[in-house]
Amino acid sequence: MKILIGIKRVVDYNVRVRVLPDGSGVDLDGVKMSVNPFDEIALEEALRIRDAGKAEEVVVVSIGGDPVQQQLRTGLAMGADRAIQVKTDAELQPLGAAQAFLKIVEREEPGLVILGKQAIDDDNSQTGQMLAALWGRPQATFASKLVLNGTSARVTREVDSGLEIVDVDLPAVITVDLRLNEPRFVKLPDIMKAKRKPLDVVTLEELGVDAGSNVSVTHCAPPPQRAKGIMVDDAAQLVQELKNRGLL
Amino acid sequence: MSRILIIAEHDSQTLNLATAKCVSCAQAIGGDIDIAVFGSAIGEVAAEAAKLEPVTGVIAVEAEHLANPLAVNWAPEAVAIASGYTHVLGPSTTLGRDLMPRIAALVGVNQVSDIMEVSGPHSFKRPIYAGNAITDVECAPDRTVVATVRTASWKAAGSGGAAAVEQRAASSSPAEHTRYVGLETEGGERPDLQSAVRVISGGRALGSEEKFGLIYGLADRLGAGVGASRAAVDAGYCPNDMQVGQTGKIISPDLYMAFGISGAIQHITGIKDAGTIVAVNKDSEAPIFEVSDIGLVGDLFQVIPELESLLG
Ligand SMILES: Cc1cc2nc3c(=O)[nH]c(=O)nc-3n(C[C@H](O)[C@H](O)[C@H](O)COP(=O)(O)OP(=O)(O)OC[C@H]3O[C@@H](n4cnc5c(N)ncnc54)[C@H](O)[C@@H]3O)c2cc1C
Repeated sequence: MKILIGIKRVVDYNVRVRVLPDGSGVDLDGVKMSVNPFDEIALEEALRIRDAGKAEEVVVVSIGGDPVQQQLRTGLAMGADRAIQVKTDAELQPLGAAQAFLKIVEREEPGLVILGKQAIDDDNSQTGQMLAALWGRPQATFASKLVLNGTSARVTREVDSGLEIVDVDLPAVITVDLRLNEPRFVKLPDIMKAKRKPLDVVTLEELGVDAGSNVSVTHCAPPPQRAKGIMVDDAAQLVQELKNRGLL
Repeated sequence: MSRILIIAEHDSQTLNLATAKCVSCAQAIGGDIDIAVFGSAIGEVAAEAAKLEPVTGVIAVEAEHLANPLAVNWAPEAVAIASGYTHVLGPSTTLGRDLMPRIAALVGVNQVSDIMEVSGPHSFKRPIYAGNAITDVECAPDRTVVATVRTASWKAAGSGGAAAVEQRAASSSPAEHTRYVGLETEGGERPDLQSAVRVISGGRALGSEEKFGLIYGLADRLGAGVGASRAAVDAGYCPNDMQVGQTGKIISPDLYMAFGISGAIQHITGIKDAGTIVAVNKDSEAPIFEVSDIGLVGDLFQVIPELESLLG
C-alpha cells in the first residue's frame, strides 16, 4: 500500500503574526516558515505504518511555489520516500487544493491519504473532507488513534462530546489531530540523505485544476484588543472584585 | 432575498445550542430560515427546532442510516435539499467542521469557515492565524454560500415560534464504506463547556490527574464547566473534550478562570470571547496576564483552597 501525505508550508507556530498596515494580509517578510504541525503528525503516522510493514511507500505532496520544496525536503528527511510538488503561484483555497490532491490520487492510487485536520495559517479545516467528497471515499477527521485492519481502518476521532470511533474501508482520507503521535526530530544525516530522494514537479495547469474560487479575501485586520485588566493581591481581593462585577 | 438552510446538530434527544446560534447568524444575513434535521428518531428535536425564532420551516429527514452524524451519510441529504437555498450553514463544532466541507465540495464551492460577523448577505468576517488576524471575505453572489458559524461569536436565538415541520424521505442510501462504531464520553453532570456561563480551567501546573481534582472541586462550587490547556490534556490529567483553544473548543462564558495556564496564543484564541478572564499564575510574566481582566500572581495550590473557603 502507498500512503499519500499533504504538507503545507505555513508560518511557524511560534511566530506571532502581524497584520500589514495596508490590510493586504499578514507580514511574511523574513518570517520563519515550517511544515504545518498537523501535517508533521500525519507524516509521522504514515512512517510508523510503513515501518510496521503495513505500507510500502510514503509520498509527500505540497502545493505551491518553489519555496515549498523546503518543506518537502523536511518531509523526506523525516523519512518519506518520495515528494511531489504541485507547482503554482496562485493562493489555492481548499477546494482547489482538494481538486489537485484528487488528481495526484488518481495517478498514485494510494490506499490511504493522511492530512492535517487544519492548517494553522488560514484555519480552514476543509481540504481533507473535500478530497474525500470529490473522491467518493470515506473521511475520518480529527483522528487521535488509527489502527489498520487489512482493508479497513479503525479511527478514533476527537469530537466535542468525547471520542468517536468509526471504521472506514480503504482507500480513505484521514485528517489528524494533535494527540495521534509525537513527530520525530530530523537528524542531520537524514537531511543529507533527503537531498538524494526524488522530488517531482507537476504544475497545477498540467493537472487541469483551476485556481479560481467563489470566495475571495478582501481585507485583513488585527483583532480587537481586550481592555487592559487589573491585578489583585490575593484570593480575598479576587472574590471581592468578582462580586463587584456581579460575577459571583 | 436570501433563503438560508441550517443543518441541525443534535443527539436525537435535544437540539445542540449551536443550532440556535446558527439561527442568529442567519438572521444577520437576512431572509427565510429553514432548519434541516437528519436522524432516525428525531420527532422531538424537529419540534424543538420549529420553535426557534425566526425560523420559517423545518425539514425532517428520518432514516436508520442517518441515526449517527456521519458526514458521508448526512452530506448527500443536505445537498439534495440545498438547491433551493442561497446559503447552507452549520455550526463550527466538530460535527459542523466534519460535515460542512463535504457538503461544500459536493456543491462545488469553497466554504467560509467560522463566520464571526456578517457584513452583508455575501460578506463575512472570519479569523485566521488562531485569531491573530480577522479577514473580510466576499462570496460570489451567484453561488451557494456554504459556511460554518463560529458559535462563540453568536448568542442563541430565542424560542417561542411555531414553524411547520415537513417530513421528507431520505434521498440517498447508506454509505457501505463507513461504519459508526461508538462514542466514548465522560459526559458528567457538569455544564457543557460551549454553553457554560462560567468555566474553570487548569493547565500543566496542576501536575497530575489527581490534583486536577482541585479544578473540578472549584468548578462544582461555582456551577461551572471545566476546561483545560492542551498540555493538561496531553499529560492525561483530563479528557480531550475539555481542551480549550485553536484546536480545542472556542468558548464564550461570562467568566473564565485559568489556573496554571501560561497563555499560549493557541489557548488564548479559545477564550477571547469570554466576558471576564481571570488568570492565576505564579509567574508575573506569564502571557496570560496580557489578556486577563483580573490577574493574580500566586500559587494555585494556595489560591484555590482560599477561594473555596471564601466562597463558603
Ligand atoms: C498546532 C498547535 C495547536 C495547539 N492548540 C492548542 C489548544 O487548542 N489549546 C491549548 O491550550 N494549547 C494548544 N497548543 C499548545 C500551546 O502552544 C501550549 O503549549 C499550551 O497551551 C501550554 O499549556 P499550559 O499553559 O498548561 O502549560 P505551560 O505553558 O507549561 O504553562 C504552565 C503555567 O503554569 C504556571 N505555574 C506552574 N506552577 C504553578 C503554580 N503552582 N501555581 C500557579 N501557576 C503555576 C507556569 O508559570 C506556567 O505559566 C497548540 C500548539 C500547537 C503547536
